[in-house]
Amino acid sequence: MSVTVLAEHRQGTIRDVTYEMLAAGRRLAHEMDGELEAVILGDDCEAMASELTRHAPRVVCGCHPALRYFSYETYQHVLLKLIKERKPAVFMLADSALGADLGPSLAVKLDAGIVSDVVDFHWTDNELVVSRGMYGGKLNADLSVKHSPAIVMVRQSFFRPEPIKIKGELVHYEVNADLETGLQTRHLGIEELSISGIDITKADILVGVGRGVKEEKNLEPVQEFADSIGAVLVGSRPVVDAGWLPKERQVGSSGKTVKPKLYIALGISGAFQHIAGMKGADTIIAVNKDPNAPIFAVADYGIVDDLHKVVPVLRKRLQEMKS
Amino acid sequence: MKVAVCVKRIPDTAESEIKVDDTGKDIIKDKLAFIINEPDNYALEEALILREKSGGTVVLVSIGSKETEEVLRIGLAKGADEAVRIDNAGLAGSDAIVLAGVLAAYFRKEQFDLVFTGCIAQDTQDSQVGPALAQFLGWPHAMYAIRFENKDNEVVVRRELEGGSLEVKKLNRPCVVSFQTGGNAPRYASILGIRQARTKPLERLDIASLGLEQDEVGDTGSKTRLIKLYVPEVSSAAEILQGTVDEKVSKIATIIKEKGLL
Ligand SMILES: Cc1cc2nc3c(=O)[nH]c(=O)nc-3n(C[C@H](O)[C@H](O)[C@H](O)COP(=O)(O)OP(=O)(O)OC[C@H]3O[C@@H](n4cnc5c(N)ncnc54)[C@H](O)[C@@H]3O)c2cc1C
Ligand SMILES: Nc1ncnc2c1ncn2[C@@H]1O[C@H](COP(=O)(O)O)[C@@H](O)[C@H]1O
Repeated sequence: MSVTVLAEHRQGTIRDVTYEMLAAGRRLAHEMDGELEAVILGDDCEAMASELTRHAPRVVCGCHPALRYFSYETYQHVLLKLIKERKPAVFMLADSALGADLGPSLAVKLDAGIVSDVVDFHWTDNELVVSRGMYGGKLNADLSVKHSPAIVMVRQSFFRPEPIKIKGELVHYEVNADLETGLQTRHLGIEELSISGIDITKADILVGVGRGVKEEKNLEPVQEFADSIGAVLVGSRPVVDAGWLPKERQVGSSGKTVKPKLYIALGISGAFQHIAGMKGADTIIAVNKDPNAPIFAVADYGIVDDLHKVVPVLRKRLQEMKS
Repeated sequence: MKVAVCVKRIPDTAESEIKVDDTGKDIIKDKLAFIINEPDNYALEEALILREKSGGTVVLVSIGSKETEEVLRIGLAKGADEAVRIDNAGLAGSDAIVLAGVLAAYFRKEQFDLVFTGCIAQDTQDSQVGPALAQFLGWPHAMYAIRFENKDNEVVVRRELEGGSLEVKKLNRPCVVSFQTGGNAPRYASILGIRQARTKPLERLDIASLGLEQDEVGDTGSKTRLIKLYVPEVSSAAEILQGTVDEKVSKIATIIKEKGLL
């Protein structure tokens, strides 16, 4: 009985979520009385594979020129065979741009159960029971998943990586499938997010605004407040989607990860994709009219009230304090 | 070009307290407003833009109860040509993969060039239906698309990765494209659109008419089983400041001052 974790990497670097999954996967493998194994695919991933042997007792490394860029198609080819041969009970991958592209299609091909956004799992009575988020983080659900194998897509930036250093075994996996012909998709390139204005990852104080601000015109007093305390105004995804702030001001998993001294969240519910980008702030203050908003779980201080009432008073009080 | 847009009717829970019902497996919905799942609006907008450029028809497809027709009428009012509702009778307990299979059964019957979906249903948050549907059909797919270009026999999609960078990808057509929010500005329904929507065709199907057997769907067809829903425990909760707005703000100001945060 084993747990297999698909390592995620981009541009030659292993992504953090891989270490998070390996830490969580180790606990699960232990509960199952089973083994933990990492799989890494790429065109030239020896160095990364050997780095992973410090975190997993066994690392299976499959190299092939066609695996240079992630594609669910080529990954699927290799993994279908690998999973059938190695028969893990649980196949773990990140709930990420990679995982969400690959996981569901793999589940269909393998006729396997799959769960997304997984934040906890247990092996009880030969059954996998997982917990996952729903409704923007306001609810969790427990589900049982058939393991043939069970495909588990793990929430990013959630599990804590463990600083263990072991010396695992490196297994070379021969990728001899034809990965070049019959493909229905082609990778054409990556376009990085360009930054033309302020680099928000460098600011000490950030005022984050969410959909709770309701209208573009309401952004003005918030911007004035941010200016008055020397803060940079950033936003949650919906504010950026609406075009009220440029993409480079978006905080979260599909935006920027920030670690300011102070983050003031105004009308942001606290979906995990947002939290992933700002939970590293030293101090977090949240203003939200909903006392159950998940943002209050990561904030240090909370005000349950209308942001439009709070902001002008806060601006005045902080200005008085400064002078 | 014949384009389908898969849409889901969901409860709007962003600003409401969510309560779990007595079964422990669903939420109490009677006080909630219902809306089109937000990413689906972006998918629909993309389909309407494509039709304006290159002609064709846009068909909305949704699995749901009778009430789903309200959101289908909104989509028709925005400009979709036709709508199809697959009734959810017999589908209780179906997981996302099973629902993708139900949609696939419909798309095997009808000829489409493109199927658009949202990237995630904001209530149950599976983000599985698009890629799974594509796999059932044997079509290529792209998840988290924010830009879409239609070429001769293929499409070019920009899909969002972590950190906001984009992967540019070419897909053969037919294909399934699952849209993330933010790539366009979804339109509102006009008064004229609302009037026209009343007479646009809305077809109703059930799982039997799609050739599906009861044991392929619902609880028996699903490989995941919901045990219970609950409000997650929070380990470190914020110190919530009490009092009037003035009092709360004064407390915050004192904390900011004492900690030397400014
Ligand atoms: C793949 C993927 C990637 C994503 N990446 C990101 C990302 O990088 N960053 C990101 O932010 N999101 C991201 N999201 C979206 C995320 O899931 C949430 O939808 C989003 O964070 C919600 O933004 P919000 O909190 O501003 O809006 P909502 O969730 O709508 O919350 C608005 C909040 O404002 C409060 N409010 C309303 N009026 C007032 C008022 N007058 N005063 C005070 N409070 C008020 C409400 O109570 C509510 O809590 C991503 C989603 C997906 C699927
Ligand atoms: N009941 C449904 N009817 C039609 N389309 C759906 C349904 N559920 C999900 N979808 C589509 O699949 C996308 C992803 O949903 P999910 O995989 O459930 O998160 C949604 O954005 C919709 O486009």
